[in-house]
Amino acid sequence: MRERQGPSWFFFDRLLPIGTVVLVIILLWYGFAVLLNAKFELDQAARAKKQISTMELVQKTMAQDRPVLPAPHQVATEIWNTTALKKVTSKRSLVYHGWITLRSTLLGFVMGTLLGIGLAALIVHSRVLDKSLMPWIIASQTIPILAIAPMIIVVLNAIGISGVLPKALISTYLSFFPVAVGMVKGLRSPDLMLMDLMRTYNANRSQIFWKLRWPAAVPFLFTSMKVAVAISLVGAIVGELPTGAVAGLGARLLTGSYYGQTIQIWSALVAAAVLAAALVIMVDLVSRLVTRHMGMAQ
Amino acid sequence: MNYAILVSVALFWMFAWFMNTRLAMLSPANPVVARAVNLFIPVLFGITLIVIWEGLARGLHIPQVLLPAPSSIWARITSSTGILWADFYQTFMKAVLAGFTLGCGSGFVVAIIVDRVPFLRRGLLPIGNLVAALPVVGIAPIMVMWFGFDWPSKAAVVVVMTFFPMLVNTVAGLAASSSMERDLMRTYASDYWQTLFKLRLPAAMPFIFNALKINSTLALIGAIVAEFFGTPIVGMGFRISTEVGRMNIDMVWAEIFVAALAGSISYGLIALLERAVTFWHPSYRA
Repeated sequence: MRERQGPSWFFFDRLLPIGTVVLVIILLWYGFAVLLNAKFELDQAARAKKQISTMELVQKTMAQDRPVLPAPHQVATEIWNTTALKKVTSKRSLVYHGWITLRSTLLGFVMGTLLGIGLAALIVHSRVLDKSLMPWIIASQTIPILAIAPMIIVVLNAIGISGVLPKALISTYLSFFPVAVGMVKGLRSPDLMLMDLMRTYNANRSQIFWKLRWPAAVPFLFTSMKVAVAISLVGAIVGELPTGAVAGLGARLLTGSYYGQTIQIWSALVAAAVLAAALVIMVDLVSRLVTRHMGMAQ
Repeated sequence: MNYAILVSVALFWMFAWFMNTRLAMLSPANPVVARAVNLFIPVLFGITLIVIWEGLARGLHIPQVLLPAPSSIWARITSSTGILWADFYQTFMKAVLAGFTLGCGSGFVVAIIVDRVPFLRRGLLPIGNLVAALPVVGIAPIMVMWFGFDWPSKAAVVVVMTFFPMLVNTVAGLAASSSMERDLMRTYASDYWQTLFKLRLPAAMPFIFNALKINSTLALIGAIVAEFFGTPIVGMGFRISTEVGRMNIDMVWAEIFVAALAGSISYGLIALLERAVTFWHPSYRA
């Protein structure tokens, strides 16, 4: 195949295919919205003993208050109404709830990353810890950790710790695994030749760590941080479920499901998706900057 | 506070620490002994953790609602096997297995189609990568609304959660065979399907098993979290959220134990299967 370059590459290999798929998804979404919401409208019409035309039916299915599946523009309107048109401090503002979730996500992510790096540094330097702790770290990946989220929240609440910290702890718990595993791999990535070279320089452990192991591990760190930031957002959202739905995107999901407010659920979902994408892209940008600064960019 | 217990726990901890340090320094020549030592070290570490937990819970008289001792959790597990089995059956045997099979299966089939159509690959793959990073559990309330309170809604969440990792990994795996190998297949005059079944799918197996491993954990998480949004009065997620509300923390730990057991066993089974299927892979050849 001929390799395209420059703007034409961007158009044919990125914009056109992705745009087409997104367009098809939106069209399908509209189709399903009409299909799934039609039953309610037909029932209404039958109850009122009226005939409604297909055009009318289609129009009505896209303007319901509590549709089975809201049409994309309804979700977009709801998001616009709850972000741009509401005050940020208002309890009905999506920005407010997003900020609540983002706060515990970021706190948990930072704590989890630091914990993961610390554990990895210990494991790399201690044979005992490597042999006794590492199998457990890997085994714990197979355990559905999210299941203990409600317990952490409620137990910490019982001893008087509430607010941002319990949720952040869940995020910490979820995000330290990928970082620890990735960093152990990264800190061990310098090959024997390089380690021997350091030894011929008579470098001590901390010099080897800071001048060889750490720089070699940076790409691994960013790869695992991308996973970690996404998963700590999931942790924060799930952590908001058991507190009785006070605030945050998870709470929006839960109240939405209690009261059948599908449009609210979908807009909270879209907000969570945007947040996740933004966080991952941000980590990616930082990683690019850092690797370029370190002279490791491909 | 009970000092006798605390002191004996500290003594045991020191003993186990000392044992592990000595064991880790050993490097036995006999491979069987080496394997046994490598297995024993983490086991001793785990036992130590449980002993410390038990000792602290008893020695400091930590209230049951905060952190139940392992012995009382175990007592709860053995005394309520009926409930635990019913929850396990509802959540794992129905929702997780159905969702996992459907999600992984459809992800695999779509991946093969996507691989055949380059346009789709360019369009769908970035979106698949994006979705794989999204908090997909959030669709749980919607699925509960659409498919009702019983297990089909949980299976639907699991399907959506497992679909994208499978899709992305399989597409990556299908690209894993080198062009040399594909050229060789062409010189044998093999058609698309022969190349697919004899070269590309076997080469993709490590990637596919990677997705299966990721998905085995995701599926359990998805089903449990989806049950927080509404369920009939059975299921692991249901039990966890209600018993937390009633402050029966030992029951919650019992459910977590079952979930951990189910998660590790299914992971182990997939790993065994992987070993049997990808015996040719460098990481399994001694």
